[in-house]
Amino acid sequence: MVDSKIPPGSIEDKWERARFEMKLVNPANRRKHTIIIVGSGLAGASAAASFGQQGYNVHCFCFQDSPRRAHSIAAQGGINAAKNYRNDGDSIHRLFYDTVKGGDFRSREANVFRLAQISVNIIDQCVAQGVPFAREYGGLLDTRSFGGVQVSRTFYARGQTGQQLLLGAYQALEEQIAAGSVKMHTRNEMLDLVLVNGRARGIVTRDLLTGAIESFAADVVILATGGYGNVFYLSTNAKGCNTTAIWRAHRRGAYFGNPCFTQIHPTCIPVSNENQSKLTLMSESLRNDGRVWVPKKKGDTRPATQIPEDERDYYLERRYPSFGNLVPRDVASRAAKEVCDEGRGVGPGGQGVYLDFADAIRRMGESVVREKYGNLFDMYEEITGENAYKVPMRIYPAVHYTMGGLWVDYQLMSTIPGLFVAGEANFSDHGANRLGASALMQGLADGYFILPYTIPNYIASNSLEKVDTSHPEFAAVKQDVNQRIAKLLAIQGKRTVDSFHKELGKLVWENCGMARSAEGLRTNLERIPALREEFWHNLKIIGTGAELNQSLEKAGRVADFLELAELMCLDALEREESCGGHFRVESQTPDGEALRDDERFSFVSAWEWKGEGDPWELHKEPLAFEYVHLAQRSYK
Amino acid sequence: MNLTLKVWRQQDTKSAGKFVTYKVQGVTPDMSFLEMLDLLNENLQTQGEAPVAFDHDCREGICGMCGFLINGVAHGGHRGTTVCQLSMRFFKDGDSLTLEPWRAKAFPVLRDLAVDRSAFDRIIQAGGFITVPTGVAPDARAILVPKEDADRAMDAAACIGCGACVAACPNAAAMLFTAAKITHLNSLPQGQPQRYERTADMVEAMSKELFGSCTNHGECEAVCPKKIPIEFIGRMNRDLIHATLIRRGE
Repeated sequence: MVDSKIPPGSIEDKWERARFEMKLVNPANRRKHTIIIVGSGLAGASAAASFGQQGYNVHCFCFQDSPRRAHSIAAQGGINAAKNYRNDGDSIHRLFYDTVKGGDFRSREANVFRLAQISVNIIDQCVAQGVPFAREYGGLLDTRSFGGVQVSRTFYARGQTGQQLLLGAYQALEEQIAAGSVKMHTRNEMLDLVLVNGRARGIVTRDLLTGAIESFAADVVILATGGYGNVFYLSTNAKGCNTTAIWRAHRRGAYFGNPCFTQIHPTCIPVSNENQSKLTLMSESLRNDGRVWVPKKKGDTRPATQIPEDERDYYLERRYPSFGNLVPRDVASRAAKEVCDEGRGVGPGGQGVYLDFADAIRRMGESVVREKYGNLFDMYEEITGENAYKVPMRIYPAVHYTMGGLWVDYQLMSTIPGLFVAGEANFSDHGANRLGASALMQGLADGYFILPYTIPNYIASNSLEKVDTSHPEFAAVKQDVNQRIAKLLAIQGKRTVDSFHKELGKLVWENCGMARSAEGLRTNLERIPALREEFWHNLKIIGTGAELNQSLEKAGRVADFLELAELMCLDALEREESCGGHFRVESQTPDGEALRDDERFSFVSAWEWKGEGDPWELHKEPLAFEYVHLAQRSYK
Repeated sequence: MNLTLKVWRQQDTKSAGKFVTYKVQGVTPDMSFLEMLDLLNENLQTQGEAPVAFDHDCREGICGMCGFLINGVAHGGHRGTTVCQLSMRFFKDGDSLTLEPWRAKAFPVLRDLAVDRSAFDRIIQAGGFITVPTGVAPDARAILVPKEDADRAMDAAACIGCGACVAACPNAAAMLFTAAKITHLNSLPQGQPQRYERTADMVEAMSKELFGSCTNHGECEAVCPKKIPIEFIGRMNRDLIHATLIRRGE
């Protein structure tokens, strides 16, 4: 049985009370405690900076050449905070309510309430750091409303909010590196977790330049390694994003929470060619002013500007009159898939819908639109060669975010004592669907305001024996890692890593993407293990392990995706309901909307790895809704 | 379309490098430049040759990890674009392209087209931050920032740290990179307490890293994928004069 360790008391008091009850570490003793943080995105960098300031001995790892590259940098739209600066009815309770509802009642109320409470501190922290948020002429902070909500609570820095928040955390981290409190290990990839007496006590890494396999010991290990959207091959994730750190930890005993909950973002640039290596997101903020439509007629190939108004179907406004173009991501994505499946899609291959700014330009003028979205329009033109001020953008859903991740309790600790998981890498807070502008909020909440309380509490509450890398467990794990690399290099087959990755991605997208059926999932549960079998017999890697070898790096990551994909499909098959980003075709209302089954599926699935070749064991964390009334979502 | 690529191949920092010529066939105009290189690498691996190493990550022009010279021009010379977003529709069938890594003493070549840009991190370490320990910040609304200052700060903060400015500069100067961070932080009220310390320390760190100095060529601005204006170097220099006078007075 999994214990979420939610503190008692009313929801407003839980975090306050938990913070008071947590034990502290004497400032003079902090230097003696080592904290390993893997990942340097919003969650990792903010945690590393905070622990450095507090005086702990911190080691931070990233696979990129600098912590500033982490993929949080690509988030465009904004960050939510319940500041109610607009006096438009916002409050902590409303942000909490919107997030629980938006997550389709598959998240923990206590976690979400804490997130909403902390949201206000995050904005304060970031402004003080010099994050250049958008301002009004009076010098006050500007906000906007964002996918799925009716208040204006999203703070933004042009279309580069993630970049600016990450640079704020990165700069705080660099300050600590200069001060000597944080040791940064760039171009280093974590390849395994080391447990001593059942506790996480270190990691084994590969230096990506020299290939050296090294180990590091600590009192606590934090994984802030992001999501696993690249299991689909094509996604909006950076090319390097991977599941290896959390997957290796899963194999060492950390339960995996809700692996099938992935988010398909509605506003991405459609796929254009066979060799495409990634998909590019156009910020959802565009839906505030852009109108989504397709032609009413099937196979209408006229240019968009020549289709008269009465032959256009503004299908989101038609189906969801109260939310219109601002329905949550899962709803917008599914609706786009439906109109394209009906044969009304636009652009090459018919896999696209229009996002039209003509009305916004008429209403506000081109210069205001340019001010708000200029960089997004530029980016669109760079990629497609089309000017979106003149013709509507074409968009299509793409994999963007994974709500699933390692299962954690209220303290953000996994089922392995001493292993904490933050940001997208954990499963918490977003349930079955994440609302726009909530990922940045969660990453920074975890790193700046939650871990700095829960980790000292863990350190102070447990008498951790002294462990260094001379402990035999480190040598044993190092040997596992070396053997695995040797095995990959020894296959010497015929197919490249990318060819396997693409094939896997297609399988997962087709049968475990926007709509899932028992039949498709069962097909995948046969085909994925077969592909994995072929991978381990027919992979070809050039070069050795003792050099910068990007194919070898990819091979290790794809090998883990091949295992994770199977678990995703298993989880999706088990959950015979539609909820949020998980749409089971067998479970829908008469008008085609997602139909939840709260009787049977109001739980978090937490999967336990039982060893190579043995079936996973499913543990269920029941979800109770005391403050938000369980209801089928309606955005009509 | 079919292309001829002359690519810089270098095993590691210590080895000597050389240009090797490859043909790439079947390139389509809707591919990105890096997708064209992916295609080359797939072919090389199938033939048993080591793929060309190059840094990249987000492939949407924001992480700053990619970058190399195409025919001597950083990021290929299409204004406001990183190499990962450079579309192949700007090239013609039969084009011959030379690809080489950033050339600067401060950016040693690691392998093929990948270089070490950790010098940039060390410049930030010297002062590219505002000291605010977590949790001590006043309410966000307590700090008013005139829109003009906020906009300038954002223009400067848009820098992605790719290093194109250094690669394009005849002196391999890091002035535009450093000036961008200084302009971002020095434009804001929050950045005032550390303004002159920051400027002096970051400029000093820059000189220590084997970057050259600025002689106003303007090449940096021309290749900057985020169109950071050279005007920021002037702003930095103004603050630097002030900072130097303060230091002399101390």
